[in-house]
Amino acid sequence: MKLSRRDFLKLSGGALALSILGIDLGCISAYAHGLRTVSAKETISHCRYCSVCCGLILHTSKGRVINIEGDPENPINRGALCAKGAGLIQLLYNPLRLTTPKYRAPGAAEWKDVEWNWALDEIARRVKTTRDRTFKLRSKELVVNRTDGIFCNGSLTLGNEETVMHLKLMYALGLVYFDDKSRM
Amino acid sequence: MGRGAASNHILDFKNADVLLIIGNNPAENHPIAMKWAMKAKEKGAKLIVADPRFTRTAAVADIYVPFRSGTDIALIGGMINYILENKLYFKEYVVHYTNAAFLVNPEFKGPSELDGLFSGYDKDTRKYDRATWSFQEDEKGVAKKDPSLQDPHCVFQLLRKHFSRYTMKKVSGITGTPEEKLEEVYRTFAATGKPDKAGTVIYSMGSTQHSVGGGNIMSYAIVQLLLGNMGIAGGGLNAMRGEGNAQGSPDNGILYEYLPGYIPTPTASLADLETYIKKHTPLTKDPKSINWWINRDKYIVSYLKSIYGDKATKDNDFGYAWLPKRDEGQDCSDHMAFDEMSKGTIEGCFAWAMNPAVSRANSGKVRKALSKLKWLVSVDLFDNETASFWRGPGMKPEEIKTEVFLLPASSFLEKEGSTTNTGRWVQWNYQVVEPVGGTKPDYEITNELYFRVKRLYETEGGVFPEPILNLTWNYGEKDPSGKISKIDIHAVAKEINGYYLEDLYDKMKTPPKLLGKKGELLADFTHLQADGTTSSANWLYSQYYTQRDGKIINMAARRGQADPEGRGLFPGWGWSWPLNRRILYNRASVDPEGNPWDLERAVIKWDSVAKKWAGDVPDGSSPPFADEKGRLPFIMMADGVGHIFAPIAEGPFPEHYEPLESPLPENPMSGQRINPASKLHYRGETEFLPENIFRSADPNFPIVATIFRTLEQFQSGSMTRRQPWLLECSPQMFVEISRELAKEKGIRNGEKVIVSSPRARLWAIAMVTSRLKPFVIEGSTVHQVGLPMHYGWLYPDNGGESANLLGPWFFAPDVTAPETKAFMVNISKVPD
Repeated sequence: MKLSRRDFLKLSGGALALSILGIDLGCISAYAHGLRTVSAKETISHCRYCSVCCGLILHTSKGRVINIEGDPENPINRGALCAKGAGLIQLLYNPLRLTTPKYRAPGAAEWKDVEWNWALDEIARRVKTTRDRTFKLRSKELVVNRTDGIFCNGSLTLGNEETVMHLKLMYALGLVYFDDKSRM
Repeated sequence: MGRGAASNHILDFKNADVLLIIGNNPAENHPIAMKWAMKAKEKGAKLIVADPRFTRTAAVADIYVPFRSGTDIALIGGMINYILENKLYFKEYVVHYTNAAFLVNPEFKGPSELDGLFSGYDKDTRKYDRATWSFQEDEKGVAKKDPSLQDPHCVFQLLRKHFSRYTMKKVSGITGTPEEKLEEVYRTFAATGKPDKAGTVIYSMGSTQHSVGGGNIMSYAIVQLLLGNMGIAGGGLNAMRGEGNAQGSPDNGILYEYLPGYIPTPTASLADLETYIKKHTPLTKDPKSINWWINRDKYIVSYLKSIYGDKATKDNDFGYAWLPKRDEGQDCSDHMAFDEMSKGTIEGCFAWAMNPAVSRANSGKVRKALSKLKWLVSVDLFDNETASFWRGPGMKPEEIKTEVFLLPASSFLEKEGSTTNTGRWVQWNYQVVEPVGGTKPDYEITNELYFRVKRLYETEGGVFPEPILNLTWNYGEKDPSGKISKIDIHAVAKEINGYYLEDLYDKMKTPPKLLGKKGELLADFTHLQADGTTSSANWLYSQYYTQRDGKIINMAARRGQADPEGRGLFPGWGWSWPLNRRILYNRASVDPEGNPWDLERAVIKWDSVAKKWAGDVPDGSSPPFADEKGRLPFIMMADGVGHIFAPIAEGPFPEHYEPLESPLPENPMSGQRINPASKLHYRGETEFLPENIFRSADPNFPIVATIFRTLEQFQSGSMTRRQPWLLECSPQMFVEISRELAKEKGIRNGEKVIVSSPRARLWAIAMVTSRLKPFVIEGSTVHQVGLPMHYGWLYPDNGGESANLLGPWFFAPDVTAPETKAFMVNISKVPD
């Protein structure tokens, strides 16, 4: 009988249930106890390193990822992952990840931890001040309604919907220097 | 050919008879795609890998072709010459589906007559006047053709004349590839010119990151069109994009020249919508050409309706004036932005999930430019060399006035949305976990910025606030202050797909047939209107989040396992653009009657009884070419055909020019040393910025260098350098050097060496290997080395610095792709 990986996982869960009813299933039961993904939630995503975008299944328990593997149903990777995809847990839970916004004042030699609200308000203020100062209604006698004073670099790591939102805002602000490396 | 994407897709590689992998190393950089190339091999396909380095991909090749970095056009030009001389082209395909038969203006002259230039060159502006690059037209305004391909002015004969100069001897002298190897490659790949053979060309940044990047890709396109490999299964021109959403991102407008769906951004001379539409709508008088961009007006108007909603009306040109306009010729690409930043024009910068201080060419110049900013916002998972530029090597923080904000972003696993892979497959990513402590998803940050900036303009007024105040932003429930507290990304997806803003009827039917009801999601882009009654934030993605029989369908989330005929199309898995078409230009996979050239690998087939196409979604639903209502297959081109004569900035045919920094004092091909259309950013010590300095044919920098990527590290490395498993595999900056060069310099494997260029010096661990060998170029030995791009000073300690510090400031014209793949360095032992 040809067994897909997911069928096997489901069967193992069933075997566990049977063994609770007192039916001795020996080694299957022992193995099923070891599968920590048995009662986990499965979520589908796709790796965002290279542009193959391999399918991922992530198992979570109590809101925490406990297992990452390739999605065997994805026609492209059929469950396989490269070293980067296989190591994604170290990207997600990494002690070096930023957890709080930081600010560097003019002339300072160090970062300072700050609150989100403060950072976002200050950034909005900078955007408005620069935009108002550098905005051009006309250039070379033609109507342009733009600012050359702000540049938004990136990002192509954003998903499709995020990209549309992102550039919608940037164009509304009048930016023309808005670009990313995907031109290469 | 009309679209900026791979024509086929990853699974399709298995259908090829011959795969030419050039400027690409999928075994390391797109590892799972390599699986499908290997499947082709299992079925007997031949794998050719062309690369200056013997990579992991080359290790499984049937034929490995070494060639000097920066000489792709010579290499492939030789193949074009071989195909033409040996008559290995697919004649019927070439005559009907390309512009090979078109007659060119008799005033046109090429490099064989003008010593490396085309007619119309202005050496002061470094630009071409393309007037002589036109086609002769008949009285109806349609290009004149000679189907016998004999007329001396026809594209085919001009092509022969142009590439007759690319003899194997000449090519070998330029590339360093032995002539026997050239013959082997050319013969093997050209064998796919038969109707029942398929050859695919797979490329990526090794091809594009050159000053002649445009010409490189054009040369592959010519080969594929001559051999009839476009539109067929196992064929195509397949760009392997560099990052997860590197296809979806430009599809949705990330490049400065385009709005979503590759609609051009408006420039200042296009004062109103009518002028814009006129300028950007190609016209054709050829009744056989579909010319899909004729629909431009529907797409731009629907876009404006999506961003400005009810505020966009016919009376105000649908809000066209609110879109910012560049000056004509204003290059707003990222490298040029750093130029402007150096001059002080740009005061504020968002480095959004970007680390240009490591990843941009000539990154020392970029770091210096950042210090001129008034403010910088970095949005990232980690601190990075860009955000922390002010405390980097050589920087004096006390003198740097830039304010920097570093915002902690959530990873892709902590948010929801779709991404598009390199095969144009759009797939949905569900949110796996809540944002990890203290971080926010990018779309929440965008939302916050939008609301806060808008509120400032609402309360304080300011300059030209209309585009901000009039923007639609309906992505979730609004709190009493009008702010959305949690973005519903599905609402964005719907906006992209588009809506019927009024009931839409097909008025050609009696009685008129209702196509879509007001407020419903658009079926697809064929329903878009130019009168403001439809909206879509990206016409190209219309259909991806749609409504059928009242049920909303997230097409990108589909998981259909069926693959009829086993061709790898999987029409029910995810969604591909456009309209779920899997292979682009697929109407070139059939003869003019609609029968597949190759029945074994049929993609579509015309059923002349039912009068419709079977198989993949046809690229244009019109009947086959020979039918009286039939149309040509390259529907995004105004004339409906694939372009062999394809004007780009540097000419209508690719021509070999040396990289800016080259081992040779002159171009062996002609008197024109470098790309005549590339802007010169440095003309001597006293002109332009000193960081733009270059040196060519300089004995102080005699070694050709290229920059590459590895499996375990990713891009600027800011994510992967911080993951212990990956760092263990690839811990430090290294340089690959040949055994011959190591012996010459007395360098041992594993020792630290200094790599220097006219712009920078850095240390690297010497990896002495036989995977690199010296080339014989024009009779002299030239060494080549390779460096990975992934390292930066910030982390880890003693990890090394960015290879991009070394590269020059020189770009392909129009595209502004940097020349990171071919420049000159020196290697020396670390002084005791």
